[in-house]
Amino acid sequence: MLIIPCPYCGPRPELEFSYGGQAHVTRPTAASNPSPAEWNAFQYERANLKGLHAERWRHIHGCARFFNVVRDTTTDEILRSYRSGEK
Amino acid sequence: MTSRFSGWSLLLGGLSGQRRWQQQWRAATPKRGYEAIIVGGGGHGLGAAYYLAKQHGIRNVAVLEKGWIGGGNTGRNTTIIRSNYLWDESAAIYEHALKLWEGLSSELNYNVMYSPRGVLMLAHNVHDEQVAKRHIHANYANGVDNEWLTPQQAKEYCPPLNISDNLRYPVLGGALQRRGGTARHDAVAWGYARAADALGVDIIENCEVTGIRRDANGEVTGVETNRGTIESRRIGVSAAGHSTVVMQMAGVRLPLESYPLQALVSEPIKPVMPCVVMSNSVHAYVSQSDKGELVIGASTDAYTSYTQRGALHVSMHTLEAICELFPAFRRLRMLRNWGGIVDVTPDRSPIIAKTPVPGLYVNCGWGTGGFKATPGAGHLLAWTMAHDAPHALNAAFTIERFRDGTLIDEAAAAAVNH
Amino acid sequence: MSGDCRSARGGGDLQRSQPLRFEFDGRSYQGLQGDTLASALLANGVHLIGRSFKYHRPRGIMAAGPEDPNALVTIRRDAARSTPNLNATQVELYDGLVAYSQNRWPSLRFDTARINDLLSRFIPSGFYYKTFMWPRKAWHSLYEPRIRAAAGLGVASTEADPDLYAQCYGHCELLIVGAGPAGIAAALTAAASGARVMLCDEQALPGGSLRTGTSARIGGQDAADWLRESVQKLTAAPNVTLLTRTTAFGYLPHNMVALSERLSDHLATPPPGKPRERLWQVCARQVILATGAIERPLVFPGNDRPGVMLAGAARSFLNRYGVLPGARVVVLTAHDDAYQTAIDLKAAGVQIAALADMRTDPAGPHVEAARSAGIAVRTGTTAVGTRGNLRVTAVGLAGLDSNGAVAGAADWVKCDALLMSGGYTPSVHLHSQARGKLRWDEATHAFVPGAAAAGCRSVGACNGLIGAELVRVFEQATAAAADALRECGIHDQPGAIAISKELAVSEDRGASGGWIGALPQPAGAKAGKAFVDWQNDVTAADLKLAVREGFRSIEHIKRYTTTGMATDQGKTSNLNALAIAAQQLGRAIPEVGLTTFRLPYLPVGFGGLAGYARGDFFAPVRKTPMYDWAADRGAVFEPVAMWQRARYFPERGEDMHQAVARECAAVRRSCGLFDASTLGKIEVAGPDAIEFMNRMYVNNWSSLAVGRCRYGILLRDDGFVYDDGVVARLSDDRLHVTTTTGGAPRVLGMMEDYLQTEWPHLKVWLTSTTEQWAVIAVQGPQARAVLEPLVEQADLSAAALPHMAMTRGLVCGVPAMIFRVSFTGELGYEINVPADYGAEVWRAIWASGQAHGMCTYGTEAMHVLRAEKGYIIVGQDTDGTMTPDDAGVSWAVGKNKPEFVGMVSLRKPALQDPRRKQLVGLLTVDPAHVLEEGSQIAAEPGQRPPMRLIGHVTSSYYSSVLGRSIALAVVSAGRSRLGQTLYVPTAHGESTVTVTQPVFYDPKGERLNA
Repeated sequence: MLIIPCPYCGPRPELEFSYGGQAHVTRPTAASNPSPAEWNAFQYERANLKGLHAERWRHIHGCARFFNVVRDTTTDEILRSYRSGEK
Repeated sequence: MTSRFSGWSLLLGGLSGQRRWQQQWRAATPKRGYEAIIVGGGGHGLGAAYYLAKQHGIRNVAVLEKGWIGGGNTGRNTTIIRSNYLWDESAAIYEHALKLWEGLSSELNYNVMYSPRGVLMLAHNVHDEQVAKRHIHANYANGVDNEWLTPQQAKEYCPPLNISDNLRYPVLGGALQRRGGTARHDAVAWGYARAADALGVDIIENCEVTGIRRDANGEVTGVETNRGTIESRRIGVSAAGHSTVVMQMAGVRLPLESYPLQALVSEPIKPVMPCVVMSNSVHAYVSQSDKGELVIGASTDAYTSYTQRGALHVSMHTLEAICELFPAFRRLRMLRNWGGIVDVTPDRSPIIAKTPVPGLYVNCGWGTGGFKATPGAGHLLAWTMAHDAPHALNAAFTIERFRDGTLIDEAAAAAVNH
Repeated sequence: MSGDCRSARGGGDLQRSQPLRFEFDGRSYQGLQGDTLASALLANGVHLIGRSFKYHRPRGIMAAGPEDPNALVTIRRDAARSTPNLNATQVELYDGLVAYSQNRWPSLRFDTARINDLLSRFIPSGFYYKTFMWPRKAWHSLYEPRIRAAAGLGVASTEADPDLYAQCYGHCELLIVGAGPAGIAAALTAAASGARVMLCDEQALPGGSLRTGTSARIGGQDAADWLRESVQKLTAAPNVTLLTRTTAFGYLPHNMVALSERLSDHLATPPPGKPRERLWQVCARQVILATGAIERPLVFPGNDRPGVMLAGAARSFLNRYGVLPGARVVVLTAHDDAYQTAIDLKAAGVQIAALADMRTDPAGPHVEAARSAGIAVRTGTTAVGTRGNLRVTAVGLAGLDSNGAVAGAADWVKCDALLMSGGYTPSVHLHSQARGKLRWDEATHAFVPGAAAAGCRSVGACNGLIGAELVRVFEQATAAAADALRECGIHDQPGAIAISKELAVSEDRGASGGWIGALPQPAGAKAGKAFVDWQNDVTAADLKLAVREGFRSIEHIKRYTTTGMATDQGKTSNLNALAIAAQQLGRAIPEVGLTTFRLPYLPVGFGGLAGYARGDFFAPVRKTPMYDWAADRGAVFEPVAMWQRARYFPERGEDMHQAVARECAAVRRSCGLFDASTLGKIEVAGPDAIEFMNRMYVNNWSSLAVGRCRYGILLRDDGFVYDDGVVARLSDDRLHVTTTTGGAPRVLGMMEDYLQTEWPHLKVWLTSTTEQWAVIAVQGPQARAVLEPLVEQADLSAAALPHMAMTRGLVCGVPAMIFRVSFTGELGYEINVPADYGAEVWRAIWASGQAHGMCTYGTEAMHVLRAEKGYIIVGQDTDGTMTPDDAGVSWAVGKNKPEFVGMVSLRKPALQDPRRKQLVGLLTVDPAHVLEEGSQIAAEPGQRPPMRLIGHVTSSYYSSVLGRSIALAVVSAGRSRLGQTLYVPTAHGESTVTVTQPVFYDPKGERLNA
């Protein structure tokens, strides 16, 4: 079980969280009239990195906040976590 | 030439002190170039090489495997075979594979132990039942066998099943595909390898692709590997969980994510499970191997990973369901637990297609369903590579369907409850 | 030899004053408290315990611990509590224990399947891949059933297991796995620091190798006394948790280690309610592995007969259980450690017929001690075979020349036990599971831990200190404990024990040596089977054959031969198999490499892994406040998500269809009462609540007046319908959003996702209020009349509270939100009261309704009533591939909105294709025929599979009010097909249907607006 460092609550077991997929994927606004390729990139294309992966988690059974984690997908080691909107 | 396997060959082998057996496939070293290269020596990739050689006359083929053949998801899955998928395109492609399974042992002269012991998919609520019946009707219209069993019929078909009303999620019935079943996973890889090798295919293990070479026009010209550069103008990538890693080398982004998928086996016991039972609602997949082990699959873990291991609580959750559905199994013990890396598309259907890069083809996105498709996927990847165009059966399974909104969404029909 | 093989010497684990009776294969024996089943059987001279998997060769006990590959038994307390495949060396004896041997017929002594052994040359490794292929169907119908019947080990019970299983989490600074000398030394060090320490050991008694017999003295006392005192110290320490009978079986990421604790299998009569096992998930900041080493057998022909045993195991049986392995013993070794076994046995009165050492010139304190004990040592000697059927009777010893080849003829030495030792293999399983690296150590012929995973340290034998002097083990263990504590920030360690004092070791003898791979055999001899993997019957010849057949990866060799894949998972076989394969491949052992170590280290029970999750505890059950009322009235419930919802309320023996027809008729005629509490409810509040909802849902919420309701649709960003529900504007800055029953958590999750990560600047708060409100739907022409007497401070009249309006008031004196909404097409209200008042208000409304002919209705009638009106159910009439237009609700999509979730995707041409499936109504030509939900629809009649299909039936019911069947369906270009005839082909025949509008009842909505 991963021990996930929630930036608001501290380290907690994986069972308290839900996974939110790759972080920092920009969602084009409808008003910007994104091209099919741009919209496809947002909707479906993911880096699926083998290595350091910035990803979103939500402390759903805790503070309920989304935040970001950098995890090595080859070891599942978590290097750091930070709040949404931070880098 | 490879000698044929048979009861007679075993007799002769026994009488000659097992000295007459030959290598099942050669330890090939890479040549400078090939007419076609398959990246990924799992069942799909080996199958593609075999069909390229057998059906399309392309024998100057190399299969490049970074580890040992069949060591990825081919050797890590729960070996369930079925074709009772919902959408016409899916049913057709999986049924194509199932038909190939039915003749595969004799096709390859290798006993892959395809065993049509029946796959029973349980329904635990009204919504499950509606979904199952929709599948049954669609399958009927597509010529795919699938039938509804009442709880009592399910119990008769699978005696250890608990159909008590007192279950938290009682068994309301199930959809049974009698032609569904299991096969021996290693044998599929080895059988394809031996048959492909006999046709001249080079199977090159411990050969990891590190780059894809392209010319000024963007067309592929070969691959870079830890064993040197190998030229080819026709490259098929069949790398399952590592598909995005390999395709990224050619600048192709795929709508895929790689998740851990766990399986486990019990110690061997005398036969108790006559069939395969699946329950999507409570995430339990179980059958019994010829050796006597209960083979149990879990759902995918929540997060992407390449570690080939999953979280213990995911396996525990599956065993909770197994022990409720089969309360006599509670005293059995887990003998081995392992993880694979499955490549999952947003619509849970595969991609077998040409790519934006000329000469580069991809077979990926089979998620948790790849084993059952093995002969079909290999056959269709070979066809697509040989013709530089998809077969009618895989024409819909493109990369572009996500951009265009023409999904083949097997998950949507089953996953939503109300 | 049979009869009493109990020695007066040794027996440190025994309580000799407590005899126990037990049964094996129907025969009664006596053992002692402290025995394992294995030691008790050996004490009775029983060496034949089982049959091998493939050849059904007679097998005895080879090892004393869980690594034993042979002695698998079924332990039966009763029919439901029958446990197959337990290792006799792990089964603690209790009075009345009943054990059976396995996989033999008709008896253990005479097993007909032994014929496989004679036919073995025709069934080499992988034979089943090469035959049984003709005719095509014969594999499944003919061969496979026979292979299956022959395979498998024990028989599983067919009855539900009544035992209980517990689970818990553990948290500590330091987890130490293994309570041998290394683990105890580490624990003593850490205990003094005050840190939380957990120490676990798979055995019933801690001590590990100290229990099997050592000459060493520790801290000035006998090892046994030191052990006793140390365990007392640890038990008394408040910061130390000592778990025995506890196997660490899995090392997971982030230093979570899974332990399985056996709680009651060793008890003659487990107290009622006592769990059988407890699964621990230990979150440790630091882990020390002190898991010891496992003795390696020697691979030579006939090495599997009962009576052939590991030398260390024989010493263990003597010193722990007072059992003599035989009266006349041959020891065959390549390692010093076996000398101690010979010395101890001789002291116990056993005749040492020969001590054969493969090494040409063994030397050192062990050899000297043996010689001075009067034991003749034959150096440079190997075994070329054994004799005996159900027990070894002789071993053929032969000399080795200076090249290590067999020289000269065999000397057959009579014996009734053959004790062997190829040295020890470090138990690196957990280190490796943690993804630590391994390093080949040529000196000890072993893989030892290399770089370890973060927070994981190996000490003692598992770290390569094989046969090392105890003082070195102590140094390593105490240093590792101190390091681990420092990593936890504990630098000050007063009172730590000292190597020079408490752990001072004297009279210790280090041991060395070892052999790996097959023993040399005479050239050209027709050798018997030399087993590598006892349980799976894999021989050295099988491994060589696999290599000849082109299997070059050790993983392939393992899978082809099945070596290391039995229940012992290769604990005694993997290294020998690797050495034989490497030699055959002509490559160095580390080049070939090991197979992956996977969890579990030992088999671990499903029951423990499933734990408490059974029956009602399998998943939480959600019940509405009115559940008990409905249950009392005999409602039939259905699970929907985690809820139990009343499906129908049968009266006087009605079946579902009769009940539903009556319930529907009552709603249409007078009034029905329905529990809608399970609907998801989310309060969206804040200055930007309307803006947020405009962005989330397809609708235009800006135009929704306070006190008004609107049907809302939520898409995903792929443009497909995700959820729906009525949304009410409670005030300027507050919306009450309802969702489908199953959709509530995921809708809230999706809203939070967009709010927190896409539009964090919006001032909006989301609160799940699903369980705060009981929702009582009162539906039917008499609804107003039923409710009015109970309502204060609210006007229910059509003028004051029209359809899709809401107000607040008191219902039965309880503050309520009253929504004028309908999912039935009738005049209707949904009364929301605080959940605690739900049952009371429900009863009051029910009482008021009696005068009006009110009835309760369940979800099934609700489905029929809404289908009559053509209201869709998301998840039934839609399936995650439907746009709002497909579902016939595009009218709800707000015009000129700059943004909503799914808006961009709806622009895709494929999502605007006029041939998309659209919601329509279907009427069967035969009005009595009810289509089956999920049936497929074709435009042309009489097709054979594969057919051209254009849609499917999503909802189908018999409408008692309309006196005919009705159906909703999605059909390609359905709205352009109104009036067309279509066909519904099923396996049971084809129906003819007409396409209609999807509204069958009161299309003008007059009743709704009454």
